[in-house]
Amino acid sequence: MSDLPATQSTGQSVVTLGELKQFVSIMIGKQLFGIPVLQVHDVLGSQRITRIPLSPKEVAGSLNLRGRIVTAINIRSRLNMPPYEGEHEGMSVVVEDQGELYSLMVDSVGEVLSLDEAMFEQHPATLDGNIREVSTGIYRLDKSLLVVFDVRSLLRFQGEEAA
Amino acid sequence: MDELLSEFLTETSENVSELDVELVQLEQNPNDQALLGNIFRLVHTIKGTCGFLGLPRLEAVAHASENVLGKIRDGSLEVSADAITLILESFDRIKWLLSSLEENEVEPEGDDQDLIDRLNLVAEGGTLDGGAAPADVAEPEPEPAEEPVALRPGEVSMEELERAFMEAPGPDDMPSDEPEVEAAEEAQAEEAIEPAPAPPEPKKEVAVSAPKDVAKQPDQDKQVRESAVANQTIRVNVDLLENLMTMVSELVLTRNQLMQISRNEKDSEFTVPLQRLSQVTSELQEGVMKTRMQPIGNAWSKLPRLVRDLSIDLSKKIDLQMLGADTELDRQVLELIKDPLTHMVRNSADHGIEDGPARLAAGKSETGTVTLNAYHEGGHIIIEIKDDGKGLDPEKIKAKAVANGLVAESEADNLSEQQIQQFIFRAGFSTAAAVTSVSGRGVGMDVVRTNIEKIGGTIELKSVYGKGSTFIIKIPLTLAIVSALIVEAGGERFAIPQLSVVELVRASNNSEHKIEEVHGTPVLRLRNRLLPLVSLKRLLRLDDGDEETPQEAFIVVLQIGTYSVGIMVDRVFDTEEIVVKPVAPILRNITLFSGNTILGDGSVIMILDPNGVAAASGELKMVDEEGQDTARHLTHRSDVSSLLLFRAGGQSPKAVPLALVARLEEIDLATVEYSEGRPLVQYRGQLMPLVAMDDDIKLETEGRQPVLVFTDNERSMGLIVDQIVDIVEDRINIEVRPDAPWLMGSAVIAGKATEVIDAGFYLTQAYGDWFGSADADSQEPTEPRRVLLVDDSAFFRNLIKPLLSVAGYDVTTVDHAEAALELCEGGAEFDAIISDIEMPGIDGFELTRRLREIARWEDTPIIALSSHTGPRDLDRGREVGFTDYIAKLDRDALLETLAQTIDA
Repeated sequence: MSDLPATQSTGQSVVTLGELKQFVSIMIGKQLFGIPVLQVHDVLGSQRITRIPLSPKEVAGSLNLRGRIVTAINIRSRLNMPPYEGEHEGMSVVVEDQGELYSLMVDSVGEVLSLDEAMFEQHPATLDGNIREVSTGIYRLDKSLLVVFDVRSLLRFQGEEAA
Repeated sequence: MDELLSEFLTETSENVSELDVELVQLEQNPNDQALLGNIFRLVHTIKGTCGFLGLPRLEAVAHASENVLGKIRDGSLEVSADAITLILESFDRIKWLLSSLEENEVEPEGDDQDLIDRLNLVAEGGTLDGGAAPADVAEPEPEPAEEPVALRPGEVSMEELERAFMEAPGPDDMPSDEPEVEAAEEAQAEEAIEPAPAPPEPKKEVAVSAPKDVAKQPDQDKQVRESAVANQTIRVNVDLLENLMTMVSELVLTRNQLMQISRNEKDSEFTVPLQRLSQVTSELQEGVMKTRMQPIGNAWSKLPRLVRDLSIDLSKKIDLQMLGADTELDRQVLELIKDPLTHMVRNSADHGIEDGPARLAAGKSETGTVTLNAYHEGGHIIIEIKDDGKGLDPEKIKAKAVANGLVAESEADNLSEQQIQQFIFRAGFSTAAAVTSVSGRGVGMDVVRTNIEKIGGTIELKSVYGKGSTFIIKIPLTLAIVSALIVEAGGERFAIPQLSVVELVRASNNSEHKIEEVHGTPVLRLRNRLLPLVSLKRLLRLDDGDEETPQEAFIVVLQIGTYSVGIMVDRVFDTEEIVVKPVAPILRNITLFSGNTILGDGSVIMILDPNGVAAASGELKMVDEEGQDTARHLTHRSDVSSLLLFRAGGQSPKAVPLALVARLEEIDLATVEYSEGRPLVQYRGQLMPLVAMDDDIKLETEGRQPVLVFTDNERSMGLIVDQIVDIVEDRINIEVRPDAPWLMGSAVIAGKATEVIDAGFYLTQAYGDWFGSADADSQEPTEPRRVLLVDDSAFFRNLIKPLLSVAGYDVTTVDHAEAALELCEGGAEFDAIISDIEMPGIDGFELTRRLREIARWEDTPIIALSSHTGPRDLDRGREVGFTDYIAKLDRDALLETLAQTIDA
């Protein structure tokens, strides 16, 4: 059911030491992020989104995914980053949280990476609070670092509590 | 068949089948306490229900097997194949009795003494021959064999039998409730041994060999068979039905889309099959709808009793007539209108109907009539609540409305009688003052209206002074599919439920209808009335700061209860049938939307909530001078309390949380009696002490005196006041610390400094033992500490919450342990938890035990609050992890302990 690219390459030459975990890789700005593959429902291209007036700024609107209404979350606003200004249309990763579907709008979605747990690390203490709040840790890849999103905290923002 | 009985049969058949399975499991896992507990509970339920329904045979059998299970549960009896077999046998007997019951609606003649005897024997520790009794369990056609033959004496130790005989009391046809063996009647038992020489024959001639007149045994063809009633109905999870309903709704929408397409294409080959599809879909929708339908009589079942009690309390003769009780409506809707209906019937009986003499004087018959009538009309169900009482007095309502500032005096004179009557639906318009014989809480009709509007219904009032009042409630049959008008504003489309839309008006400069402005506020002249307008664009902040009021616009006129408002939109499209889907949790707090849906073209659209629009457009302004922000703020905050304002001893207004007040009464001072110098009055068959705000006040000897009645359980206390002023909704924000023991503090309520009284103080005066000591020397923590209060008694919640609030704690209250667990597991934070012990469902011990299992709550102080403080309770409390244990009535101890444990 998922439109995920089927390739599974780590690009790693190190010997596997721990358990392998799979992540859908995401680019936002110049940073690589990952979402555990089991939490991902779908990967979508650009969609027609209905704006929702009076909603929190992180909510971009809602869209129809095969008959289900999905709330679109603008990850850039969630991370207090400037709006996306790339040339091609953005993409979305649909995740499920407590029975509700959310479409996370990102710049682009890459391949699925199988990562060795041995490469996992806690955040550096100096990491930007915006990102630290929504992630569980960092994987050291050969050429870059991948920040793992925690979907639950990604979806927990002010709007939820505001009365 | 009697509905109760048929329900019992269905339920018990289910339970027995479940028991069969569970017992076999138990045999395999004799140590599974949870399983055993469940079995015990089920049997107990069967026994209890049988007793309730007056089915002695069933009850006796269930009771005897419960005894055996009880012994097993206590550990005094081993789970043995024999015991299980015997219990299974008793279930077979129960099944047989049930099927016979189903057929004849009465229990069959005879008794089950033999079976009970054997059960009791086992319960007492005796052993049975494993070979004989179980025969019927293994048998493909189990016959409730209960012949004493099963009891092969040779294999039962004689000592045990002997002992059983010695202990057995005298003859007893009805098995008693004693857990001991008692039924083994001596004579019978002896006889039981008699047929022993014959080899056990579990079948046939049983009836002959049976001792006394044991029940005529079921013949082969009459054996236990599947209950026909149980087979006619199945229980289906409501969620499943809801799900089915949603799916069907989607199907209807798809059908509608297809029909739309087909209409545009003439002579298509799809036309005929499509019509067939359409028809089937409609039938399917109807069918599924029916599964959710229940007769409205279910919501009325409590009313006759209510009216009867009221008529006795108020010494009026009231006749309640209910017509159309079998009118069906969606169960979801039914649930939602139950309370409003009850409230309104109570109102009619209480305020509407006059007492006998007054009725006779008015030329009516002595007995007043309250009529409930329900019937279908179009896609709606109409419920009328009619009384032939005194009707609403427009003058009194007008005066009250003016006094409350709902309307200016000059305006009031121009209002029609109908318009004046509508005031009773306003929030804060207490009927207490509107109608003289006070016994209601004085809140209500606004809540009733809100509840009915929530489900897309409307309520109308027709009243003729002196003749009676009629309330007409109109509610949709179902909530699942609604017709909606699609409009556009600021480039976005929105759906407005058609039910609220009265008309569409196109306004432009050169047409009859012109948008005008009053100090920047747009209004529309519509049939000689001014209609307030709101711009949907502005309401939804889609206007980019564009302040111009457009000269040309479409205006959707909404009627929300009695309030009309015009919504300016850019375009109006078609109407569509839509399925309301709830919005994502992150968006639930936007009150302007009631849901969202997917339109025929596949796009998502937000559904406007007319009530939210009304609230946002400032309807509440008329009630609350502070304006819409405060009003919305207030209506959507959970910590708003209803306060009763009154005057007593002194000029400054006083207030008490309305929830604490059970009733408002006017007592006849001539009926006041004195005991030890303290005034008492007979109230509802009991003596109720009267307490004055001020000791110096002497009661008059005649006339009428308003009192606030506080009630807890059986006890009532009346607080004497001079005048009941109003009921307001406000947050209690205690600003000035108290200097008198009877005062919780002062707060600004309805714009005036108001003394909030401590009901607890007066309760102490009335009943010394209501609480420990009265004066509270509250500890004050430096910053607000969060406290969770779990208590199922609304009274204690309402009493303790203000007490803690005034001591500076931030209190959250829940009325049951499940809610508390949910909060605690859901990430809420509290510095301490105060919990009642005895609560339905999870009790305080269990709650604490579970909380202590969660790492985050391991060290949080949890204080038990209970009226029972025996040493055993204390021990158990310590065991599960209570930090401290305090008597419910000891407020000082509570505050002190709380302060100590939090800071510790």
